[in-house]
Amino acid sequence: MTASLFGWGGLQIAVYLVVLLACVVPLGTFMARVFQGERNLLTPVISPLERLVYAAIGTDADKDMSFRDYAMAVIVFSGASFALLFLMLVGQGLLPFNPQGLPGLTPDLAFNTAVSFVTNTNWQSYAGESTLSYFSQMAGLTVQNFLSAGVGMAVLVAMVRGMTRRKATGIGNFWVDLTRAVLYVLLPLSLLFAFVLGPMGVVQTFAAYVDAHTLEGAKQTIALGPVASQEAIKMLGTNGGGFFNTNSAHPFENPTPFSNFLECLAILLIPAALCHSFGVMVKDRRQGLALIAAMTVVFVPLVLFAASAEQAGNPHLNALGIDQVASTVQPGGNMEGKEVRFGIANSALWAAATTAASNGSVNSMHDSYTPLGGFVPMLLMKFGEVIYGGVGSGLYGMLVFVIVTVFIAGLMVGRTPEYLGKKIQSFEMKMASIAILAPCAVVLIGTAIAVATDSGRAGILNPGAQGFSEVLYAFTSAGNNNGSAFAGLSANTPFYNVALGLCMLIGRYMVLIPALAIGASLAAKNTTPASAGTLPTHTPLFVAVLIGVIILVGVLTYAPSLALGPVIEHFVMIGG
Amino acid sequence: MSGKPKSHHRAVGAAPALNPFRGADVGPAIRLSITRLTPLYQARNPVMFVVFVGSIVTTAIFALTLIWPNSPLAGGQGAGFVGWITFWLWFTLIFANFAEAIAEGKGRAQADSLKKARRDVSAKQLTRADDRKSFKTVAANSLRKGDLVLIEAGDFVPSDGQVIEGIASIDESAVTGESAPVIRESGGDRDAVTGGTRVLSDWVVVRVTSDPGESFLDRMIGLVESAKRQKTPNEIALSILLAAMTIIFLLVSATLLPFSAFSVTRAGSGTVITVTVLIALLVCLIPTTIGGLLSAIGISGMQRLIGANVIATSGRAVEAAGDVNVLLLDKTGTITFGNRQAVEFFAAPGVTRQQLAEAAELASLADETPEGRSIVVLARRLFGLPERTAKDVEANFIPFSAEQRISGVVIRERHIMKGASDAIARLVAMKGGAFPPDTAREIDDIARKGGTPLVVAEGPQVLGVVYLKDIVKPDIKARLADLRKMGIKSVMITGDNPLTAAAIASEAGVDDFIAEATPETKLKYIRRMQEGGELVAMVGDGTNDAPALAQSDVAVAMNSGTQAAKEAGNMVDLDSDPTKLIEIVEIGKQLLMTRGALTTFSIANDLAKYFAIIPAAFAGTYPALGALNLMGLASPESAILSAVIFNALVIIALVPLALRGVKYRAESAERLLTRNVLIYGLGGVVTPFIGIKLIDLALSATGLA
Repeated sequence: MTASLFGWGGLQIAVYLVVLLACVVPLGTFMARVFQGERNLLTPVISPLERLVYAAIGTDADKDMSFRDYAMAVIVFSGASFALLFLMLVGQGLLPFNPQGLPGLTPDLAFNTAVSFVTNTNWQSYAGESTLSYFSQMAGLTVQNFLSAGVGMAVLVAMVRGMTRRKATGIGNFWVDLTRAVLYVLLPLSLLFAFVLGPMGVVQTFAAYVDAHTLEGAKQTIALGPVASQEAIKMLGTNGGGFFNTNSAHPFENPTPFSNFLECLAILLIPAALCHSFGVMVKDRRQGLALIAAMTVVFVPLVLFAASAEQAGNPHLNALGIDQVASTVQPGGNMEGKEVRFGIANSALWAAATTAASNGSVNSMHDSYTPLGGFVPMLLMKFGEVIYGGVGSGLYGMLVFVIVTVFIAGLMVGRTPEYLGKKIQSFEMKMASIAILAPCAVVLIGTAIAVATDSGRAGILNPGAQGFSEVLYAFTSAGNNNGSAFAGLSANTPFYNVALGLCMLIGRYMVLIPALAIGASLAAKNTTPASAGTLPTHTPLFVAVLIGVIILVGVLTYAPSLALGPVIEHFVMIGG
Repeated sequence: MSGKPKSHHRAVGAAPALNPFRGADVGPAIRLSITRLTPLYQARNPVMFVVFVGSIVTTAIFALTLIWPNSPLAGGQGAGFVGWITFWLWFTLIFANFAEAIAEGKGRAQADSLKKARRDVSAKQLTRADDRKSFKTVAANSLRKGDLVLIEAGDFVPSDGQVIEGIASIDESAVTGESAPVIRESGGDRDAVTGGTRVLSDWVVVRVTSDPGESFLDRMIGLVESAKRQKTPNEIALSILLAAMTIIFLLVSATLLPFSAFSVTRAGSGTVITVTVLIALLVCLIPTTIGGLLSAIGISGMQRLIGANVIATSGRAVEAAGDVNVLLLDKTGTITFGNRQAVEFFAAPGVTRQQLAEAAELASLADETPEGRSIVVLARRLFGLPERTAKDVEANFIPFSAEQRISGVVIRERHIMKGASDAIARLVAMKGGAFPPDTAREIDDIARKGGTPLVVAEGPQVLGVVYLKDIVKPDIKARLADLRKMGIKSVMITGDNPLTAAAIASEAGVDDFIAEATPETKLKYIRRMQEGGELVAMVGDGTNDAPALAQSDVAVAMNSGTQAAKEAGNMVDLDSDPTKLIEIVEIGKQLLMTRGALTTFSIANDLAKYFAIIPAAFAGTYPALGALNLMGLASPESAILSAVIFNALVIIALVPLALRGVKYRAESAERLLTRNVLIYGLGGVVTPFIGIKLIDLALSATGLA
């Protein structure tokens, strides 16, 4: 580890963590109040709007839904969202706000993109500014940025609600949960961020692209658009789908180190705060704290590891007499694919945060990372997007891991395992197994098909193990609903569009539905009061075992494939 | 009920650590482990079935390699290597079968002796209970529920039943292993007889309470033989987890083939991973350790229970015992010795203690209750009264009546009565006497201390009060404290008044008590607890316990108890020892802990196996991966073989632990978890690194690989 990591780089990472954790309690408490239907800061402003929405969609806000009804509502809503977005993208040429006259998308690309945004993945096979009109970006993608994040939060809330109820059949009302998530949390926060980002230089306009003449006399088209409004929800809703192809590395999306700080903060803000909301909702804040602790304990070492790997650079360049040591005049290390205004620490931090949460936006190109630096984002996704994870989806994924951990640990203390007083039995294990198995299966099978078929191999641009890493990364990203890309893979082909689209669907709904089922099953059970014989789930010991289970599942599942990708690349690099 | 030596039964369940196979026949177990290598049998366990299929595939490859050494399936690996892998894969299966067979074998000896008791005896069937002369002899297995039979001295009891007439001493050793005969009689709480036992003296008329094949003995044999063993809820949940892990590792191994092929093309060197190595990797990764031992753990858990002389109707009940958090204990016999003893005399004003003691002794001479006898003993000890019998003093005794609640003696003109204070007060008042306030105060004191005041009066004069004390069993306090450490709340049930109950409760250290308990109050208490999410266990023997037993989640009936109680319970304690429940809870917990610990160990093992196999498998394609060969294993072949051998041997090495169970101590969940995570989690990570390295060294030394 080099000096600069302990210097300014390390300091920036530390400040980031402190600010993030400071926001957890106030935002978490606020969200818990919102989801429990209690009076909160925004009630006077939003509640009339909220009632209007219920009246408009004709839902009875007091009506409880069973698991079947809730899951059905999620599926119907997501299906309708997908259909609408798909049609909008295919028919883009016929729709307004299209100053560049961009044509409709091919069906496979539209399928991939619609699935991607409805599942909160935001994998981008398209290049934003050269493919999508302002209308598609705003009425299509940005709307889904809100709604898909809202669905994630609603499902989480329903699952947690199930844990708090006893002998109940209902787990809440999907339409109410979704409406509250969007109206009280996502919209106000996005508004706030958009107004802060705007003045920093994030553009917001409906004007056509501008042509500029460079000093060499060449013509350059400068893409513009309503960026600030999409940027805010892109970060807050763990969406990550950039307005521009280069995502948050683009100066119009992310102009300054301060905007970078805020955007990076926005990535983890809601996922981290939801842990506290969970603690409040189950009336035991220590439970929420334990989960944040588990996430942070995994996250911080990986950030530092990535940053130090990048700072160390490539030994072969040293041999060529290139100075890679950080100094006042250069950041040193591996700066390929990174923005000079962000430097190594903030790039590595972003790379880790965006893959820890299922955001997937980038401010540097992960393909250009050193093998170990690039290993970190890949590993974080392979942990099943539960280290903070997506908005809502991260925590419900984490709760699935908690249930598996409680089961194994509970057996070791000689009792039928219990979590929050609820017995964990075969049904919960079945659902938890499906939720953990599904993403692993699609990543492994998807990658296997891609490297075994001509249509899959055709998209691989780089030679050797790097090519394998790229395919593995793409499927890992899609299967775990992250959406970040390693680059270096031509993914806009019918094969990858369809394959990755299917991975995203399975990765989303095969976790979401089991999570809901677990919540409903726990709701139906009686709650056992805690005693000395109950396994405490808020202690450092439990957190350690939980981390162990997450890491073990991730590592054991992916060890061979990681060995053939980033691990061998690393050994080849250092071995020469 | 009787305090009994439990020694000879211990041999079955809790075998000493030194020889875990004691009580089991190793020969038949080995035979069974080979004959059970059939698809049908292996399919019962998904984890081992995967190993089974893998073994068949490698066997086929081995055969092919012998005929056609350069076949593409062999991938350049010699027949020797494939053969050794195949050999150890089969042994993985055999070891798992052996673990199960040895566990079953330990129970078989007991089952055989039980079966002898179930011999086809004949029974004397009656048509009417009052006509014992006209019976017809029928086969015992033709008896149905409700039939009446006569059993006389020397006869075997043909079936479970309830004594409706007569009294007999019965040898129950065939079922309980206890040689001292017990008395069974009609009415009261000792009216149940068990099929297979033998009447030693006198006769009884019994109403049969079970149909053929459903008797206690049948259930017991079924349990011991584990033929009808059903998976318990926890076992099912664990099997699901193990199946999910097996699927993940199937995917990992299967996808490695295209990954490897792709990498070979890209790297331009090496060969694609062979099917043999993939299967070896798969078998090493899937949780074979726990998968192979799971059924042995369950069987030996049941046997530990039988070893403790408890018969459970289902494995589910044993597991539930581990979850219990409220324990209802009868005061009498469990917390206190069954009988109260006189410990002090408090004389009324104007009466000496000796006068009181003498009067109390006279009144108790013919009183055969333990309380009565203790008064006589105390009076003689304190005041040196002469040994005398009721005949010596020419006394007429007035026996205790439930209505009057007093008993006494009439010796010529002296009328000495003893009884509860309110009853004596009424009697004295009737005769024109007064109740001295000092004595009334003493009565209150005794009651407050948890004692029973017994007032003695002669004619209209109150002589004083005898302090009868409930003696709390000396070891109960420690056991209750253990329960508290496990997180189990103990509740004392007593018919005493709240004041007395509170005093005994605090002396014994129970957490709560139900005073003046009736079947209804017990039932209500249990329901209230269950509403609050508690799991309630209860011990009972009487018919009036039956409703509460039926409502409890874990209900242990005393074997000496009534048929109604036994039917309401889901376990029967053959020793009729009410504190046995604590042992049952421990057995239940130990069962779950053993499963959890071995699951953790099994998963933790995988890390080292990866470090052994991955560098070996890709040595040709990416020699740089050799950096992951942390153990410095000699060659790719020996690395893979060592991992497979370790994986097989660890099953056999852990059989003793599976049979014995993980050690359980009464302490908090947090401490238990800490220790088990350290031993089986961290231990599970480290052990295979050492084990695989040692096997590798041995293989290199012998030149086998």
